[in-house]
Parts: sequence; C-alpha cells; structure tokens
Amino acid sequence: MEHSPFSVSDIRAQFPALRQKVYGKQLIYFDNGATSQKPQVVLDTLAQYYALENANIHRGVHYLSQQATSAYEAARRTIQKYIGANAPEEIIFTKGTTDSINLVAFSFGERLKPGDEILISAMEHHSNIVPWQLLCERKGCVLRVIPISKKGELDLTAFDQLLSERTKLLALTHISNTLGTINPVKELIAKAHQVGAKVLLDGAQSIQHLSIDVKDLNCDFYTFSGHKVFGPTGIGILYGKEALLDTMPPYQGGGDMISKVTFERSTYNTLPLKFEAGTPHIAGAIGLGSAISFLQSIDMKAAAAHELELTKYAQGILDTFEGLHIIGEAKNKTSVVSFTIDQMHPFDIGTLLDKQGIAVRTGHHCTQPLMDFYQIPGTVRASFAFYNTKEEIDTFVAALERSMQILGA
Amino acid sequence: MTLQEKQQEIIDEFAIYDDWMDKYEYIIELGKSVPTLAPELKTQDRLIEGCQSNVWLATEIKDGKMHFSADSDAIITKGIIGLLIQVLNNESPEAVLKSDLFFISQIGLAEHLSPTRANGLLSMVKRMKTEALQSLAQ
Repeated sequence: MEHSPFSVSDIRAQFPALRQKVYGKQLIYFDNGATSQKPQVVLDTLAQYYALENANIHRGVHYLSQQATSAYEAARRTIQKYIGANAPEEIIFTKGTTDSINLVAFSFGERLKPGDEILISAMEHHSNIVPWQLLCERKGCVLRVIPISKKGELDLTAFDQLLSERTKLLALTHISNTLGTINPVKELIAKAHQVGAKVLLDGAQSIQHLSIDVKDLNCDFYTFSGHKVFGPTGIGILYGKEALLDTMPPYQGGGDMISKVTFERSTYNTLPLKFEAGTPHIAGAIGLGSAISFLQSIDMKAAAAHELELTKYAQGILDTFEGLHIIGEAKNKTSVVSFTIDQMHPFDIGTLLDKQGIAVRTGHHCTQPLMDFYQIPGTVRASFAFYNTKEEIDTFVAALERSMQILGA
Repeated sequence: MTLQEKQQEIIDEFAIYDDWMDKYEYIIELGKSVPTLAPELKTQDRLIEGCQSNVWLATEIKDGKMHFSADSDAIITKGIIGLLIQVLNNESPEAVLKSDLFFISQIGLAEHLSPTRANGLLSMVKRMKTEALQSLAQ
C-alpha cells in the first residue's frame, strides 16, 4: 500500500485523546506499552458498526448479518495479510494476548506428557509464565527459564544448554514490556525447530513497533492484543500454522465452533471457527482490522526510526541524572525507557508526574520475577509510540526534575 | 477535638493549596515527618502488600483508645498515612469503626483510597477498622 511521508503532526491530529488536558496540563501520554490511544478512523469504525451494521454473524440469512459477517471476515484477511500468514484459517480472534496464550496452553498443551519441558525466559510477562505453570501442574511438565544479563539480554549460551529433545515448546516474548529488549527470535526459533520444539512468540509489544512477517520468522504461534496496536480492547489474535492448529483440540465449546451436535457426540467446525466459540467481539475484530489498515497507511520504517530516536534522546538525557538507573540496556531495544532513582519510590515519581499531566507506568509491570532479578520493587516506565515527540520528552524531563527536587528536598 | 473537627482541620489546611504540586509537596513533607516504624515492628503480619507500595501497620490500645503507627516504602503513601493517623489516633474503637473519612475526598485524594489504586491504603483503613472490631469483641 502507498503511504504518505511520515509526519508526527499529521499522525497526532488523528488521535483525539492526545489533544486533551489533565489537571489543567496538556496530556503527555507515555504509557503506550500498557495500551495505545486510538485514531479517529478506529473510533468511527466502531461507531459505524454499532450504528448501522450490528448483527450476529455467520448464520444470519438477513442483510445486516451478511454485512457484519463480511466485515468480520474482511478484518481477518486484513490481519492475515499484514502479518504475512498463509491463509485466514491461521488467524484466530481471541480476547487478547493473554487469551491467545491460554488457548495454546490448554489446546496444544493437551499433547504434552510428564517430563516434557516448556522453555520461557526471565523477562516474560506474567501472562507468558502463569499459563505454562498451570499446564505444568496439569500435565507434570517442567518449566525451564532462560536467564538474562544485567543489561537485559537473553543468555544465549544458557539457551543452547537448556534446549533439548525434551523441549516441546519455546514460549518467548518478542519484545520485553519492561526492558524494551528485542529478542533475536528468528535465530532462536530455528534452533528450537532443530530439536523438534514448537515456538510461541508473545508479540504484545512487537506488532506496534516492527513489521511482522510470521512466515519469515517461522514461528508456530504469534500472539498479540488489539488495544496495544491502536485498536479496541477485548480483542486479540492468535496466529498459528494451519497444519498445527488443525491437529489441536478445541479450547472452549459453544456456538460457532461446532459442525454438528447430538447428545452422543459433537463434531467441530473447521479453522478458524473451531477456536471461536460463542458470539465473538465482532465490533472489536472489525475495529482491529481498521487499526491495522491505519498502520498500513503509515511508513512503519520511518515510524520505527522516529521511535528509536525518541528513545535515544530520552535515555541520553536521563543518563546524566545522578542516582538514576536505566533498567534495560540491550543493544537492540524498542521505545521503552524503564528506570529507578536512588531513594525514590516509583509510585511517588509516577504520582507527581501524573499531577503534571504526564502518564507513565510505575510498578512491576506484571514481571515480578524480573523485578526480583534486579532486586527492585518496580520501575518508572516511559514507553513511546510514533505519535510522541521530543518536545514531550523535554516537558517530561522538566517534570521529572521537579518531582525529584520535591522528593529529595 | 472530635473526629469531625480533626477532619475539618485538615480540610481547612488543604484549602490554601490550589495547585496540585503544592498539595503533594505538603503531603510529602508530612510523609517525611511521620516517624519511621522500628525495623522489629515491620513484621510479615503487620505488612499490607499493595501492587504499587507497601504499608506496615502497628496498633496499640491504651486506656480504651486506639494508637496507630504505620509506615510505607513510598513517601506519598506515608504522608497520607500521617493524615489518617492524625484523624484516627486516640479515638475509641467504636469511633474508629464508625468513622467516615470524608476528608480524603474533600482534599482531592480519594483516588489514593480507591480499590484500584492498590497502594495498600484502603487495606490499611480496613485493617484499622477490623482491629477496632476485634478489640470490641474481646
């Protein structure tokens, strides 16, 4: 698709939330790692759907149902093409990344046996830890953890040692939500395949920053959430290779996922509906399709370069602050700047920044084992999207200085 | 001073601040002036874990009145603790149990006692009341 030259001001103009004031101050939104704001086109799509197209999908014979069905399936194809999947059958609509990972843990997990190993890393979000712990409890499998360095990079030597014939699944975050580290997933996927393991990528933090091509990555599963990629909340994607998804049992039972039901036994629908029990989040799916179309209109290479520039700019300034420690200094990282300040609690800094109109996240970011590794209670995390600016970082830095003065005085 | 009067006094003190940062500067100063809880009192049973900050609460009852001391790892949380203690200290268990802490929302800090804030303060107030109830039951 043709896209116009990358212009931050043109992009900002499409996000109504960025124009507001909070506590009398212009809002600066640096909590994009938690959720991104929504462009007008996504809001319009949602309003249009509920105003004029609302109907239940797939079995309605009437006009509206057909309209809604074709919009829902068109969204699936938009997403399929965007991430380079082979067929729409490989795109399952879920509630979000967490739901996608749980689906795999329950359905793919059925084939695992006692002693089988699942390999994750020390920088995983709780959503990519707990479903596997639950699976290990059910099946007697063993969870192994790839350690990381202080800089926040995977220990690749340890990875080689941990990977074995016993490894059935490597479940790895593509980009760390706390550290911003971009993991060398392509290389790790190839190595995992050599021992016969399947690979799930947690793409919650990568879909909005990188151009994703699941065929090129050759991952078996890729998961992401709509709300972190400028789409609605409550919708997400599980990509899975068709041949693999085909062999997996259904996760939840209900409407839409069946072929025929009798009291004796039921047969299941084909992909992708086999994994979409019940009325799905139709508006969410169509809204996500719209968000992905919006991304296609943006020069993502230029957007990524802009985000990287913001990150370097912010880190360059913060590095000069006495007592401030940046957590996550991987060579290859995305637009996340996590930090701690000596003798100052992240909660206090976050609260004072909030009162100056700046939204950051504080705490453990759902990565408690990672906080234990760094022996810190939490961090302050500024995470940038392509609509953020250097001017906003300047205001943030001044607000941070003022907060530190008040807290340190 | 009654519990109502103590709360009104805080509301009046805060009335002079129309800027959020001034208000928080005051809370932070207060947080710094609240005595730190002795390490031996920071035990697991006195810990109230919040998602954002932790709180430790120690309770004593002397001559029918409740005496609270508390601490937090976050200074803003500790400042608000200071306000809560100012209001609830030296009150009877009945008064603590029945107390309506209206001053918190009137000075614009309701968010800190909201269930979603998870800084330990709401749980601390609940525990203060539970301990008041327990002392009444004895």
